Amino acid sequence: MDYFDIFIGILGSAIRLSIPLLFTALAGLFSERAGIFDIGLEGKMLVSAFASACAAYWTGNAWLGLMAGIVVAIAFSFLHGFASITNRGNQIVSGVALNFVAAGLTIVLGQAWFGQGGRTAQVPGSGRFTPIILPGADAMREVPILGPLYANVISGNNILTYIAFLMVPISWWVLYRTRFGLRLRAVGENPGAVDTAGISVSWLRYRALIVTGFLAGFAGTYLAIAQSAAFINNMSAGKGYIALAALIFAKWKPVPVMLACLLFGFLDAFANFMQGKSIPLIGEVPVQIFQALPYILTCVLLAGFIGIARPPKAGGVPYTKER
Amino acid sequence: MSTASVQLPAWINYGVIPLLNLVLAFFFSGLVVWAIGESPIEALRLLLIGALGRGEGIGFTLFYATSFIFTGLSVAVAIHAGLFNIGSEGQAYLGGLGAALVALSLDRYVPWYVTMPFAVVGAALFGAACAAIPAWLQAKRGSHIVITTIMFNFITSSLMNYLLVRVLIVPGKMAPETRTFLEGGQLPKLDWLISMFGGKLGAAPLNFSFLIALVMCFLVWVLIWRTKLGYEMRTLGISPTAASYAGIPYAKIVMIAMLISGGLAGMMALNPVMGASARLQIEFVGGAGFVGIAVSLMGRNHPVGIILAALLFGILYQGGAELSFDMPSITRDMIVVIQGLVILFAGALEYMLRPAIVRLYQQISGK
Repeated sequence: MDYFDIFIGILGSAIRLSIPLLFTALAGLFSERAGIFDIGLEGKMLVSAFASACAAYWTGNAWLGLMAGIVVAIAFSFLHGFASITNRGNQIVSGVALNFVAAGLTIVLGQAWFGQGGRTAQVPGSGRFTPIILPGADAMREVPILGPLYANVISGNNILTYIAFLMVPISWWVLYRTRFGLRLRAVGENPGAVDTAGISVSWLRYRALIVTGFLAGFAGTYLAIAQSAAFINNMSAGKGYIALAALIFAKWKPVPVMLACLLFGFLDAFANFMQGKSIPLIGEVPVQIFQALPYILTCVLLAGFIGIARPPKAGGVPYTKER
Repeated sequence: MSTASVQLPAWINYGVIPLLNLVLAFFFSGLVVWAIGESPIEALRLLLIGALGRGEGIGFTLFYATSFIFTGLSVAVAIHAGLFNIGSEGQAYLGGLGAALVALSLDRYVPWYVTMPFAVVGAALFGAACAAIPAWLQAKRGSHIVITTIMFNFITSSLMNYLLVRVLIVPGKMAPETRTFLEGGQLPKLDWLISMFGGKLGAAPLNFSFLIALVMCFLVWVLIWRTKLGYEMRTLGISPTAASYAGIPYAKIVMIAMLISGGLAGMMALNPVMGASARLQIEFVGGAGFVGIAVSLMGRNHPVGIILAALLFGILYQGGAELSFDMPSITRDMIVVIQGLVILFAGALEYMLRPAIVRLYQQISGK
């Protein structure tokens, strides 16, 4: 096969693999910029995947599935907020706890409702987000270079993929061009100042968490009823943590978040492609290197070798109004 | 008036509040059981019988508790120095490599009691090695230890998968695991401990590492409350600025605390690797590192509390396994839900009940 065709194939699969990361990393962006660490992204992704698969199966409607995914993810966000904002609990502990609850609850309920060892039933075609062929994709296919790129990478994705990329400029706009965004960033750096200006720190952080749940809901839905056709045990498989790594790798900024997610998605796709193949002179490269690479890169970044990753200043610190 | 500054007596802080949080966690777990159409009371009864009913059940309960004591101590030591080590899972995984390498190289030549000290050191060294880079990044580069230890869980997992699938696997076998250790690389079962109480250990893998875990509890207590190093760690944990003002070297204490924490996590591997299966298997840690977080939180980071909390989780793990046999509609993963709820209520929501209890306490004591 032609090298270009291989490259196009990997690129297409890289995009498909980076979409859940992108939604989740953007979700984390909002909570972390508001000063709430969210280790629980993984759990939110998982519960929303489960909820969307159930709803899509019962209603046969993909959009209702998405709704269910979003609602449940926001509910988990509220729990996180209740623990870490209202009760000023440790945000890391709360996130870890919710990840456990999500991992256990999805299997327990899945087994009780569907009896397939934690899987949900197969979602019918109407309950899924299926690939959209953009106009002219077939006609373009014959054009050199641009043709396959358009037909196989840009076209042929489902609607959630396009929404994911749309969310990047929207997130940027919300964070940097609206009053809400300005305050949200301020509350992550110096909540005392925001409080002094007469704005409720708690409510602002809750709203940030609602946005987080909203975006995480898309991520889970994508996993369950766009990428596959059912919920499978632990189907997020650490993607929430990779998204967290991408968020840090991108230094908590929306457009770099997209690039980091695409990079990590590409690594994943490349690892799949390389499985069992050998490179001349080097020999077979173990896939585990590609699996570990996102984390290694993030640690190298955190060590300060590729610029400095400076997290929001007030991140992880519960805000106490007065004593 | 704000209730946050009111002092409560120790028996409320360390007894009543954790107990109430635990009751809440179990109440919500019961709701889940009830929601899927089973009786929570009956489930609890089956769980307790499964975990404590027979000698074999108790043996399994203590076996699980052994792992949780190690990881709980690991998390607790780091917390005393103000560090949140989420990496116990990965550190225990790498510790398994240390223990296995010692067992594989010595089991032919010497009896188990000669292998054991080397295995303890090997497991601790490898666990500490896994904690070293995150510790260094925190101490010298200011990277958040939570993030780096999470990253290292995944990095370790990839590394171990590679080693087991490609390097340590027995040629010609399918399962990614090392060869079975000979007698000299196995820790003996503690039959006598159970038969002392008139039970039978049966197939339960309770082994010598249980005693090592108890010794470690004592050593951690000595370290934290009876040594200068422990004092420095606690000072750093309570107030880094006060510690630096008192001349306590930040970087050094962070490194030492994390290396000890990693070492304790690594020793956890002795229990499953050399005690139970007598070989290094893929994913043998099975979440025990994360349970350590719950155990440490519930046990208020004190060795005695950690033993009690580890027993509780041991009961949950063993009882949960038995429960899923007796009530097929409840899967084993119900334990994971309970575990999550315990972490949520005992950890993240630990202050939720405090204002109400303070008010009640003030009313009763008439202040």
